[in-house]
Amino acid sequence: MSLLVRGATLPDGSRRDLSIADGRFVESSDASATVIDADGLLALPGLVDLHTHLREPGFEQSETVLTGSRAAAAGGYTAVFAMANTSPVQDTAGVVEQVQSLGERHGYVTVRPIGAVTVGLAGERLAEIGAMAQSRARVRVFSDDGHCVHDPLLMRRALEYVTTFGGVVAQHAQEPRLTIGAQLNEGALSSELGLAGWPAVAEESIIARDVLLAQHVGARLHVCHVSTAGSVEVIRWAKARGIRVTAEVTPHHLLLTEELARGYDSRFKVNPPLRRDEDVVALREALADGTIDIVATDHAPHPVEAKECAWDEAANGMVGLESALSVVQAAVVDTGLLEWSDVARVMSSTPAAIGLLAGYDSPFSVGSPAHVTLVDPTAHRSFSTADLHGKSVNSPYLGRDLPGRVIATVHEGRPTVLDGVLLAPEQVGADRV
Amino acid sequence: MTARAVLQQADIARALTRISHEILESNRGSSDLVILGVPTRGVLLAERIGRILDDIEPGAGTVGSLDVTMYRDDLARNPTRAPAPTEIPAGGIDGKTVVLVDDVLYSGRTIRAALDALSDLGRPRAVRLAVLVDRGHRELPIRADFVGKNLPTSADERINVRLVELDGSEEVTIQ
Amino acid sequence: MRHLLSTADLSRDAAITMLDLAEDMADVATREVKKLPTLRGRTVVNLFFEDSTRTRVSFELAAKRLSADVINFSAKGSSVSKGESLKDTAQTLAAMGADGVVIRHSASGAPRVLAESGWIDAGVVNAGDGTHEHPTQALLDAFTMRRRLHGNASRGKGLDGVRVVIVGDILHSRVARSNVWLLATLGAEVSLVAPATLLPVSTSEWPVTVGYDLDAAIADAPDVVMMLRIQAERMNAAFFPSAREYSREWGLDDERVARLPADTMVMHPGPMNRGLEISAGAADSPRSTVLEQVANGVSIRMAVLYHLLSGSDS
Repeated sequence: MSLLVRGATLPDGSRRDLSIADGRFVESSDASATVIDADGLLALPGLVDLHTHLREPGFEQSETVLTGSRAAAAGGYTAVFAMANTSPVQDTAGVVEQVQSLGERHGYVTVRPIGAVTVGLAGERLAEIGAMAQSRARVRVFSDDGHCVHDPLLMRRALEYVTTFGGVVAQHAQEPRLTIGAQLNEGALSSELGLAGWPAVAEESIIARDVLLAQHVGARLHVCHVSTAGSVEVIRWAKARGIRVTAEVTPHHLLLTEELARGYDSRFKVNPPLRRDEDVVALREALADGTIDIVATDHAPHPVEAKECAWDEAANGMVGLESALSVVQAAVVDTGLLEWSDVARVMSSTPAAIGLLAGYDSPFSVGSPAHVTLVDPTAHRSFSTADLHGKSVNSPYLGRDLPGRVIATVHEGRPTVLDGVLLAPEQVGADRV
Repeated sequence: MTARAVLQQADIARALTRISHEILESNRGSSDLVILGVPTRGVLLAERIGRILDDIEPGAGTVGSLDVTMYRDDLARNPTRAPAPTEIPAGGIDGKTVVLVDDVLYSGRTIRAALDALSDLGRPRAVRLAVLVDRGHRELPIRADFVGKNLPTSADERINVRLVELDGSEEVTIQ
Repeated sequence: MRHLLSTADLSRDAAITMLDLAEDMADVATREVKKLPTLRGRTVVNLFFEDSTRTRVSFELAAKRLSADVINFSAKGSSVSKGESLKDTAQTLAAMGADGVVIRHSASGAPRVLAESGWIDAGVVNAGDGTHEHPTQALLDAFTMRRRLHGNASRGKGLDGVRVVIVGDILHSRVARSNVWLLATLGAEVSLVAPATLLPVSTSEWPVTVGYDLDAAIADAPDVVMMLRIQAERMNAAFFPSAREYSREWGLDDERVARLPADTMVMHPGPMNRGLEISAGAADSPRSTVLEQVANGVSIRMAVLYHLLSGSDS
């Protein structure tokens, strides 16, 4: 299959045609190539999400690898890293291989399973990290996301052991004893609403400990969903000392604040919680100055019944794949903090580099795998359930006006989205194994 | 729509004086008489009747107020009303002749509510009704015993009673 | 007003109107026939996801005195305890034609979720939600203070300049939150006294002063001392070292009561832990308003139910 993307504007502002054949960028197209008119559209390298919950196996009522892949493609993603908190947990070679092969079969995006750090995410003993790393899934990112690896000795061992296989631990930084029953950012609002507070220090103290551990053992550390100004300070300090730490921020922590919780609408319940205005400002600046390396969605689908209840009883999490690029545009591009070339870096090449995913280091160059996302940054839409393509609708953006729209997504040289329409599974996965 | 005065200050005063005499006459004196006004303007009229009764027979004017808000049958159809206080004179109403006083008698529903409210407060020997204006259009079998003025009206007309204590001027108009 | 969810939603005028209405309702309790036909044909559901016999009985009596039909829907032994969601319960009640729902829930904000969900078109009264609010308790407390201060001349008055000290587990207290907003709205000067572990964080925006020293607060001769209940589970969670130490530092014992002016009110929302946050002598002294609070609770809840359920929505 060959494609000709005509007249696209690249992140650096240059304008050119992109020729694609047999899954890679090529010098020129022949007459048989399918033409995609990209006049006025921005071509980004295919987006990579280092933090997605695909929920399969075990929670197929929320999402499956297929539906989550479709949501990802609709959002302009060509690769997602699937978090380990499935049931059974992705803590053995068998489970990660199953997730990997489901992704390959459907073909919308590259699915890279993340392995659990500890057996059953229980935080007690290391999972078979070596077996997962050497399995067909070749797992490189390990995380107990949803749970913090809070035992300092276990965290030290994990950092060391993962190094053996060239991997990285992605830490969900949440001191558990400081966040028993936590519901909302601890502060004036949680006091007023009578919701148990989730103090910033519970995140910051773990990050501080972990960067020191990483320094001590000479390992690489990745920090999931950084949410506070204080965490930014700690990471900035660690990077200045040469500690090998990378960090991600979610789109929602770049745009939304705790004030949205005032009406107890559980669509805004997420972990870590939405924070204060000054945290949002600090996170945006940190993304702009490189303290925070990437944007990752923490796409966390939940069925309607998990959200249609009192705040305390509602599940944490928001879906985010379909809205991520628009939210990033609203939060940091339209506000002048990031250029589109920076977006390409924080949403594609760097997350791929952190996750050791090949094929994203020299986008658009001849010979590279053809992952492309075509965006109309001038578009505006009132975000609605029609924009959601996964199984769940727990988006905090429903009814909100968002800029930008994904017009086409090309994964390994094949379109998954064309003319703004997500292609059907049989069109995408037709001749795959 | 223009308002037309049907009772002036002097007319009102004369009507209340006549009503007071009629009350005494029908009660065969002032014994065991309790005058209860229905808020808001009924209370003012009751107080005036009480003063006139006192002038005629000192001690005759035992006056109180009876709020009927909680007994109305139209609560669900109107915005929430704030009730006014009910003040029953110290002797209560058991065995007394209660004269209810209101400004305008129309459908009769307010008086129906007042009768229900009274029955929750005690058992009067008799209940009479005095009104300044009876404008007709009754929806219940209720009739006033003492009437200041019978005023035939059509249903789309409005009767406004203005009393000096509350409204700064004194007249009854129709519009 | 469609719902009563938080005292923060009440303006001064609305609060005083409600207290005045409760005066009318209190008059009814002195009559031979303690019943009004006002809410005849209306259905009030007491939806209690958390046990509270006192509050439920108070609401039940209030609704019955207004002639409403009352359904008690408790979590224990009903479908609620079998995992039925708030949504399903609400829709069930809607199908039964409930006009008003009085809800007690262990989760903060559950009454607001119910009121704004669209699952049920009924007036919602918050009868205590988690550690958030308990608005009718605050209203009855304000009503009790006003009556003690002004007697029969209470109508129309606020609580301007009245100095109220609230003592104890402010952090977990819905009573404290509702009282803070309402008392401030009515013009009272509120101070909170507790160990730092039992004070909420970031209260600098609250209309209160905050302190740790009960003896200092007593020395200021306050008009009202409101003691809050210490829940048994707090004692196991290291908020303070021991019940004995708590009682010694923040309990209202006989000796502290003796130092209060004779007309200082001693209030407690009940149920009391005698000997822990309040001594028997303090609870039973003439200063104590505990039983008045119970009686006034019925009047306040009648006023609230009348306000929410009479009248059209427009």
